Amino acid sequence: MHPAYSVIFFTTASGVGYGMLILIGILNALGYLSNDVTYGIIIFLLSLGLITCGLLASTFHLGHPERAWRALKEWRSSWLSREGVMALLTYIPACLLAINWIIFGQTNGVNAATGLISSFCSILTVYCTAMIYASLRAIPAWNTPIVPTNFLLLSLTTGCFYLNAVDVFFGQSSLELLVINLIFISSAAFVKIKYWNLIDNGKDHTTIGTATGLGALGKISVLENPHSSKNYLQREMGFKIARKHSRKLRKITIFFLFILPILLIAISIGVQRIAYILLITTAISGSVGIIIERWLFFAEAKHVVANYYNS
Amino acid sequence: MTSLPKNTERKLGLVIDLDVCVGCHACSVNCKEWNTSGYHGPLTDTNPYGEEPSGVWFNRVHSYEIEHTNGHAQTIYFPKSCLHCEDAPCVTVCPTGASYKRSEDGIVLVDEDLCIGCKLCSWACPYGAREYDSHEGVMKKCTLCIDKIYNKNLPEESRQPACVSTCPANARHFGDLGDPESELSKKVRERGGFDLMPEQKTQPINKYLPPRTRQMKPELIQKTELEDASPEGGFLGWIDKILED
Repeated sequence: MHPAYSVIFFTTASGVGYGMLILIGILNALGYLSNDVTYGIIIFLLSLGLITCGLLASTFHLGHPERAWRALKEWRSSWLSREGVMALLTYIPACLLAINWIIFGQTNGVNAATGLISSFCSILTVYCTAMIYASLRAIPAWNTPIVPTNFLLLSLTTGCFYLNAVDVFFGQSSLELLVINLIFISSAAFVKIKYWNLIDNGKDHTTIGTATGLGALGKISVLENPHSSKNYLQREMGFKIARKHSRKLRKITIFFLFILPILLIAISIGVQRIAYILLITTAISGSVGIIIERWLFFAEAKHVVANYYNS
Repeated sequence: MTSLPKNTERKLGLVIDLDVCVGCHACSVNCKEWNTSGYHGPLTDTNPYGEEPSGVWFNRVHSYEIEHTNGHAQTIYFPKSCLHCEDAPCVTVCPTGASYKRSEDGIVLVDEDLCIGCKLCSWACPYGAREYDSHEGVMKKCTLCIDKIYNKNLPEESRQPACVSTCPANARHFGDLGDPESELSKKVRERGGFDLMPEQKTQPINKYLPPRTRQMKPELIQKTELEDASPEGGFLGWIDKILED
């Protein structure tokens, strides 16, 4: 599939933002976060800012961005619509928590409950985003329940990178959150590698034989494409560069998204003097990693329509 | 509403005979000609006279080769357009309600005024039936020529999709596939009509008829000695003899 930059930016940036919101809501309810006003401003500016930029970016790839609001209508059947609705709904508890935190300095009681609702809504939003892809039977690599798990774990992992980086600046780095981050990284890495194994070894049910319905007669091959130059379908669905370099790019993803962050976080636990440099580097490394991961997610996925064409 | 109708009164669709199609692309061209000024018009072309022309087409003719198990090869021309699926994945993914399936005749359409151009429907369609118009920023697709098949200004016999009207080989047929007694449904039954990608569970209305088994008698293909040109001799016999040497 063609990896549109606006969609890559949207899913990764909002992934970080929602990951942060999920953690903020839960950690606040558990009393782990300081109710410092500046700290509140930074974490909400970062999480809500990334989400908002992501959502705006996602409208850039539309043919008619001015009609984007119409996408909220068909939530009964469409995951894209559900995602839009959930994204907007999440703003309500998240902003309520942010306002009470920043303006009124209140983070307990009802606000803790608001935070938990914000976490819950954020989880649902990330789930809906992932289901947009996972629900497409025509793209076998995506049509698996591993995809939403993958999206949720990566959202938590990258959100945790950012939260840890902010925490260390406010001198309230907590060992628990660093360890939690290590757990997220390991589980996300496990699921990602499992996903890659699945798409490498998965059997394609749709072949040129079923696509033409002539498979039973013999070996089918493309004699000629319908048109002399590439059409919309071949440009949108038949992206090849990533598949050519996928092994190398997967290794780069594993390094920046999983291995380097694990090392840096582990060192930061031991050597606290330079922890802030290490955790900032972790957030940067994780951001690079998640962008390549998401680029691969799109570019590696093959649409069944490719069976009709000469690849 | 992008939920699919439970049942449609009729199931209008096409039956494409792969045994008959000669791959002339007339269906594609006439489709483009009719539809560029029809419901979904224009079917924009970009760079039409340049090196890499590209544009919106609702119907494209592919060509395949079958290598039969006995070693014989066969060329198949394979026209493909929207199959107007009963369980159309392109409709349910639409976030705005722009994509819909009509309950009266089962035709899948896009309302261009509601389409935001997110392209998700084209990702959901396994057949590549939907094509994005980058100039207009909306998705377009085969309408089964709704502006032709119901057009009272046209003579009765012209009220067929453009691709069907124009096919010089009579490889394309149009009708109600929901009626088991229609000529079309009978044809599908008799000829063993099939669905494309049944594993995608889209339940397409359009059906394809397989190529008939060819009579491949080896003795027809093998080189045979030419018979005597003039067994009764005479002048022709004499020429035959001269040329033989």
